[in-house]
Amino acid sequence: MKAIPVEAGLILAGTLFMLGLISVLIRRNIIFMLISVEIMLNAAGLAFIVAGARWGQPDGQVMFIFILTMAAAEVSVGLALILQLYHQLQTLDGDAANKMKG
Amino acid sequence: MELTFYVASAIAILSTIMVITRYNMVHALIYLIISFLAIAIVLFVLGAPFIAALEVIIYAGAIVVLIIFVIMMLNLREETVQQERSWLTKDIFIFPAILSAILLAEVIYIITSGEQIMLDQPSIDSSAVGMSLYGPYVIGVELCGILLMSGIVGAYHLGRQKKKIVHRFLEHAEQ
Amino acid sequence: MEKYLWLVPALPFAGALILILGSGKLTKGISGFIGAGSVGLSAAISLVLGLQFLREPATVIQQQLWSWFSVGGLSTNFALHLDALSMVFIFVITFVGFLIHLYSIEFMHDDDGFTRFFAYLNLFVCSMLILVLADNLVLMYLGWEGVGLCSYLLIGFWYKEEKNGYAARKAFIITRVGDTAMAIGLFMLFQTFGTLTIQEILNLAPQRLPMGSETGTIIAFLLLGGAVGKSAQLPLQTWLPDAMAGPSPVSALIHAATMVTAGVYLITRTFPLFELAPLAQNWVGIIGAVTLLIAGFSALTQFDLKRVLAYSTISQIGYMFLALGVGAYSSAIFHFMIHAFFKALLFLGAGAVIMVLHHEHDMFKMGGLKDKLPVIFWTFLIGAGSLAALPFITAGFYSKDQILWMALASEKGNIWFFLAALIGAFVTAIYTFRMVFLTFYGEEKTHVGHPVGALITIPLVILGILSFAAGFIELPHTLGHFTLFSDYMTAVVPATELSPGIESTEWLIQLSAAVLCLAGVGIAYFFYMKRTDLRAELKSSMIVTNRFWYSGWGFDQVYDFVFVKPYVYLSSINKNDIIDAFYKGIVSVSNFFHDAFARTQNGVMRWYIMGIVVGAIFVLSIGLLFQ
Repeated sequence: MKAIPVEAGLILAGTLFMLGLISVLIRRNIIFMLISVEIMLNAAGLAFIVAGARWGQPDGQVMFIFILTMAAAEVSVGLALILQLYHQLQTLDGDAANKMKG
Repeated sequence: MELTFYVASAIAILSTIMVITRYNMVHALIYLIISFLAIAIVLFVLGAPFIAALEVIIYAGAIVVLIIFVIMMLNLREETVQQERSWLTKDIFIFPAILSAILLAEVIYIITSGEQIMLDQPSIDSSAVGMSLYGPYVIGVELCGILLMSGIVGAYHLGRQKKKIVHRFLEHAEQ
Repeated sequence: MEKYLWLVPALPFAGALILILGSGKLTKGISGFIGAGSVGLSAAISLVLGLQFLREPATVIQQQLWSWFSVGGLSTNFALHLDALSMVFIFVITFVGFLIHLYSIEFMHDDDGFTRFFAYLNLFVCSMLILVLADNLVLMYLGWEGVGLCSYLLIGFWYKEEKNGYAARKAFIITRVGDTAMAIGLFMLFQTFGTLTIQEILNLAPQRLPMGSETGTIIAFLLLGGAVGKSAQLPLQTWLPDAMAGPSPVSALIHAATMVTAGVYLITRTFPLFELAPLAQNWVGIIGAVTLLIAGFSALTQFDLKRVLAYSTISQIGYMFLALGVGAYSSAIFHFMIHAFFKALLFLGAGAVIMVLHHEHDMFKMGGLKDKLPVIFWTFLIGAGSLAALPFITAGFYSKDQILWMALASEKGNIWFFLAALIGAFVTAIYTFRMVFLTFYGEEKTHVGHPVGALITIPLVILGILSFAAGFIELPHTLGHFTLFSDYMTAVVPATELSPGIESTEWLIQLSAAVLCLAGVGIAYFFYMKRTDLRAELKSSMIVTNRFWYSGWGFDQVYDFVFVKPYVYLSSINKNDIIDAFYKGIVSVSNFFHDAFARTQNGVMRWYIMGIVVGAIFVLSIGLLFQ
């Protein structure tokens, strides 16, 4: 196995995370926001894997599985919320759900 | 292997950029699948074959398919793409992009400021992960079970459309 | 009988409690029965006690009920002290009070607040009894404030009219000025003597306070301040004429017979303190003399029947103060008693007249009632005669004559006191009979309503008999020399020391008083019966004086200018309380931050994420800078 520097893996995770973050910040469509959150979660998981590989321990992969579980639960609840929101407001605009503003 | 990593990384980043710039939701999801597959390769290269399989099965399979189902249920048409186009202007990009770039720059600076370490550990197979999961992390596994359970219950409860549930704060605005 | 002393104040208190708690549930008959009955029982007990005191005037009944409070060096008991002096007071309070309660049953019969009226009245009687029976000054102050409260409640009894509420507040606030002085006096007494039990103070006074000492003088003046406020003397007399806004029985009981004489009681009770402060005692006399003149002249010009009586009350209490000032305590108390009889009679009579004439207060719209209301007329005439001190036959003559004589003959008296009292007697005769002639003689100007019933006439007749006969218990040297009352009073207060070699002139003084009194009646007769045309001329020639006297010598205007206006001005400056600015500042700062932070809660999720990102950049930057 040729050596890959730890930095490369972490920078990949960071870049993916940043892209997801930009997407969350610029999108108004609430489904796109959900997709962006998935990208960010995946990036975080990737960082764990890199860290696990760095030390040669399985803990990083265990953490990835936890994040995966969390992402699955989050996406199911999030999609149910999106359905409900669309049903109530007849739009996918996340800014429309601002009734609790101060 | 080294080259595989960099190529897969490049594909992952590019396809993710495509995801965040698409107007059509289904196109975005297809790029997302590509991104996940590329990441799966990266994971494999990093010595986590079991996780790479999970990435393909759950992320690219289950989650993306779930989202596509919802898009189908909502029966979104061409107007949605037009709306998305009108929402996603250049102006709206700038400030979040600058912020994220600063953040990324800081993170990269922090990552690279230490001494360089090579990833040369042997691959960790699924049995080691399984021993760890059901050994020291068993409580985490049970918590994950509870989390999924509550996710199912929550999704069922929220997804019900038997009658219109209006939050009491919204009641006044609705009427 | 002695152990039932506590029942005397307790019965009216119980009556008041029942009436307050049962308000709205009791019928008028039961309310009246409880109200009058409780005071009647008290009156019966005090009559029995009074008979015992007549046999042995030196008796002192002490009754300690319970310990009220004990703080530091001050331990105050709820204890009653009955001696010859308080005996006179509780007799007058309960007996006259009972008659007035009887009268009120009929007088107030058609009033909606019937039960409330009797509750207040009973509470008043209870407070007044506590005032005079109190063993210590703290308890006395409780009664003192209690009567002030009841006075306030009863003046404003018909609270639906704004001016009644105004009069009530005026009375309350002005008497409060005096009460504050008295409270300070009590503090000083405690500081000087370490106790507030009256008898201990009086016993210790000669040792602790040397003759004419500064502390003693200040204390005496402060007590005098309290007395002046309660008894409506100069310069705090302005509340009493306005207090006539209350129902007539209230005027009779509180503002003529009992409460306003609380000042007289206070000074008599603490007379050794005044003896030790000759300056203060002299001022008691001066205040009395000036007040009796000012109030007398004011009474001359009033239209309102009850206001005439109010000013005459001030004037008569002025006589009592004059007597106290010259050390004639027994005379003051004697005049208090007689005054309670005849002034209650006059107020009740006036109330009956006003009721019969459908709430007509203006004397110039009355007239010709002599034949229509014979009982009221004759009793009122007796009361008026007593007030004017018609010679030899009325009680007022004997009590006032004694004061006149003492004003000159006492060691502390002088010719000025005597002249003031003499002129006052002359003026009294004029305004009294002006009132009688205007009200009862001449032609009928207002239609007479239904005649009054027995519950009104009986108290009038009883008080009439007392106003006529009560004077004979004390006759001067020249006329029989019968000294039942002053002998009785020597148990508590010393006999007045007379200037040497002055006895021979007593008959001269009596003669001059009698002549002036009759002359006053004659003048009233001349102007108000014979030559009514001259009256208008006289009035127009003295219009300025008339107005001045009518307004009570302009005291209200002066106070308005000196106290009320600046106070209103100051409060208008400080309308937005300066202290509040600080708290308002806190509020506005909070509001500012609330607004600022509420703006961040705009409901747009992306903003919140942006906030997180900015925070993350901030934290990371700090970490990088300080690593």
